[in-house]
Amino acid sequence: MNYKRPKADVVIIGLGWSGSTMAEELTRAGLNVVAIERGAWRDTTTSFPTTRDPDELSGSVRKDILQAPVTETYTVRNKADQTALPLRRYHNLTLGNNVGGAGTHWAGASWRWQSFDHQPYTRVMERYGAKQLVDGLILQDWGVTYDDLEPFYDRFEKIAGTSGTAGVINGVKQPGGNPFEGSRTSPYPTPALERTRANLLFSEAATRLGYHPFPVPSAMIGAPYTNALGLNLAPCTYCGYCQLYGCGNWSKSSPNICILPVLMQRPNFTVVTESEVIRINTTPDKKMATGVTFVDSNGDIGEQPADIVITATFTLDNTRLLLLSGISTPYDFASGQGVVGRAFTFQTLSWGFMFFENEYLNPFMNTGALATQIDDFNGDNFDHTGLGFIGGAGIQSLCNQGLPIGMAGLVPEGSPQWGKGWKQAFQKGYQNYAQIQGQGTNFAHREQFLDLDPTYKDRFGQPLLRITFDYNENDRRSGRFVRDKCVEIAREMGAKQVWGDSFPDQPYSGYRPWDSSHVQGGVVMGEDPKTSVQNRYQQNWDIPNLFVIGASSFPNNAGYNPTVAVGATTLWTAKAIREMYLKNPGPLVRV
Amino acid sequence: MKRRDVMKGGLVLMATATLASIYKPAYSKTFVGGSGLWKADPPPPLTVVDSSRLVYLTQAEAKLVGAVFDVLIPHDELGIGATEAGCVTFLDHQLAGPYGAAAKDYRLGPVVEGLPQQGPQSIATPAELYRTGLAELDRAAQAKFGKPFIDLPEEQKIAFMKGIETGAIAFETLKSNEFFSMLLQNVREGYLADPMYGGNRDMVGWKLVGFPGAIYDYRDWMVSKRGKKIDVEPVSLLSRA
Repeated sequence: MNYKRPKADVVIIGLGWSGSTMAEELTRAGLNVVAIERGAWRDTTTSFPTTRDPDELSGSVRKDILQAPVTETYTVRNKADQTALPLRRYHNLTLGNNVGGAGTHWAGASWRWQSFDHQPYTRVMERYGAKQLVDGLILQDWGVTYDDLEPFYDRFEKIAGTSGTAGVINGVKQPGGNPFEGSRTSPYPTPALERTRANLLFSEAATRLGYHPFPVPSAMIGAPYTNALGLNLAPCTYCGYCQLYGCGNWSKSSPNICILPVLMQRPNFTVVTESEVIRINTTPDKKMATGVTFVDSNGDIGEQPADIVITATFTLDNTRLLLLSGISTPYDFASGQGVVGRAFTFQTLSWGFMFFENEYLNPFMNTGALATQIDDFNGDNFDHTGLGFIGGAGIQSLCNQGLPIGMAGLVPEGSPQWGKGWKQAFQKGYQNYAQIQGQGTNFAHREQFLDLDPTYKDRFGQPLLRITFDYNENDRRSGRFVRDKCVEIAREMGAKQVWGDSFPDQPYSGYRPWDSSHVQGGVVMGEDPKTSVQNRYQQNWDIPNLFVIGASSFPNNAGYNPTVAVGATTLWTAKAIREMYLKNPGPLVRV
Repeated sequence: MKRRDVMKGGLVLMATATLASIYKPAYSKTFVGGSGLWKADPPPPLTVVDSSRLVYLTQAEAKLVGAVFDVLIPHDELGIGATEAGCVTFLDHQLAGPYGAAAKDYRLGPVVEGLPQQGPQSIATPAELYRTGLAELDRAAQAKFGKPFIDLPEEQKIAFMKGIETGAIAFETLKSNEFFSMLLQNVREGYLADPMYGGNRDMVGWKLVGFPGAIYDYRDWMVSKRGKKIDVEPVSLLSRA
């Protein structure tokens, strides 16, 4: 039976990091907010107790915490002349399946993106000119700068309790931090975590080579901390069950521990769980959004009317919802016109892998984001003249992996993968394996885009989203450059066996081991309605009461993880809604 | 209990937990802020699998897969082999559950073979693949050696499995090398997962590499044991043995 819920001031689709951050801001401003979430309610005490959480089979092997492909998946092809096929099994895009979204099971790297990352077009034109861009590359500014966002980065870190060592405070460089980072107004809320043996070997090697290592800012709380919303967070215990696990210690920032306990005390907040929004509703002239339609777990269709619609689902689903709802102009690959699905990006990974001879690296003592990094080759921190590409990568000694099933295939080159020889090799390799990740930029390209698949449907009969993606020439050049740096440092660390890989040298695959889960764009923010779906406040150019928030707004990917940039842009938009839109509902930017 | 409010047909049913669970085990819920307690449904309690009987595999299949697993992870001076460690029990229970049924996979058509980077397109389930694959494996052994796999001498078993691994020994209805990958993954899972799933007896797999198991706090060791060997008896979620 179909039904209609009472009208709300605001409906938020999806209650992950961006949805819960927005809900907290708008309920505090007195608005009546209803969130519709596809996943189930989860809380730390019941769902992730330390007495059951350390279970590799359920966690990173069977991936029980993730949304399953049977619920919704994507189709993928490398080029527009190929037939896209569905990702049938669990793949590299790790969607949340609960209240808290991917923010419950994330690895926790907590980056502010840098000035360059928010204004790449201006910076590249100033320094190199258009000749630096490979053919077909799409480069555009966000319409919002690092300086605009700094107060919101600061606030989000104080909600999350981010641990780290500041590199630049009020323009003054700080010892031990990232000398390339944008200037901060305050230090990290909690101190950086202890380093592993592999982290220290990396730091020493990078320093000898003249680079500038620093601890990667992390969602693993560095000390007892009361966050900006008055919630108590606990220090990380390095248990190593982070990525693809909930945290049983209240020590990994998540919506579940950093925001929801406050939100759930407010009578003007409601969340409807296990209900999937299938459409954003609009007036017939498509000038205003009127609410959303969802399917609940009984299969009944509900409607939630609202004055403001905020879409805060997974990046790709933000694009899909606009396409399914016929909102704004879809990107047309043939003509290059249209905006929804355009400027889609992934992440360019390069690696240095290594085996030592007689170490005890104790890989099980780790966190999802226990890493020491150099930014000497990230963004535009180095001169690209003559290199033929823009961007680069954060190059890091990443200690996020120590669980034995996941490491069983990691044996020194030339060792067998089974039998007696494997047992010997695994015994030794487990304590001697280390890795350096180059987490690289990916810039949009006219041949990388999202649209609706013509063939494959979801469980409700709606078209799946189709991903057309392959690495572009800029990625191939930057990837190899970064790989060589990873290998250089790995050798300097004294490893016995070292080898590198640049992922753009192979076609993109949704299943590649060690690959990223970060996707951006499709509903980008910007300065020009011809090249963006929404203005600098993440407000739809055509429908002023529709805001699509999350990494789908980012027209490029940085050499960083996206979560904290998602938090900052969400808070920026929340402020615009509270202080500008509510006073005078309508477009916040006129062109 | 407002946390049990269930939206249905435009009505808010003030349902008790019992009524709601009889009505529908999984259902959308509406949680209103400030309404008091809100808590997730507790997951089912952890249990140790029952190794006294088979739940999916036949006796013959269990024997054959045990012989294959013991080639992949043999008994030697580093520890007991796969079958002794319970890997067949592990697999049997996995195949009888959601993994075996591919319950979480996208299985709608059309089913079309694609490029390698597009990933597996087959919608055959692991349970089905084992049934077919084990029969194929034994047929291939018969064809090559005139004997069932379990009766082959150790060196022939190893040579045969190498042929399956590379695909040099082919099956008729599925790719032998893909079946090998599944066997290898599953035997490793059994040998290295928490013992409550039926394998990793006495935490043999964890002891092999020095993995402490279900320990949740390493703060004391992060600095004091950095770069040093840690001698500790591993801990399982349900017991120490």
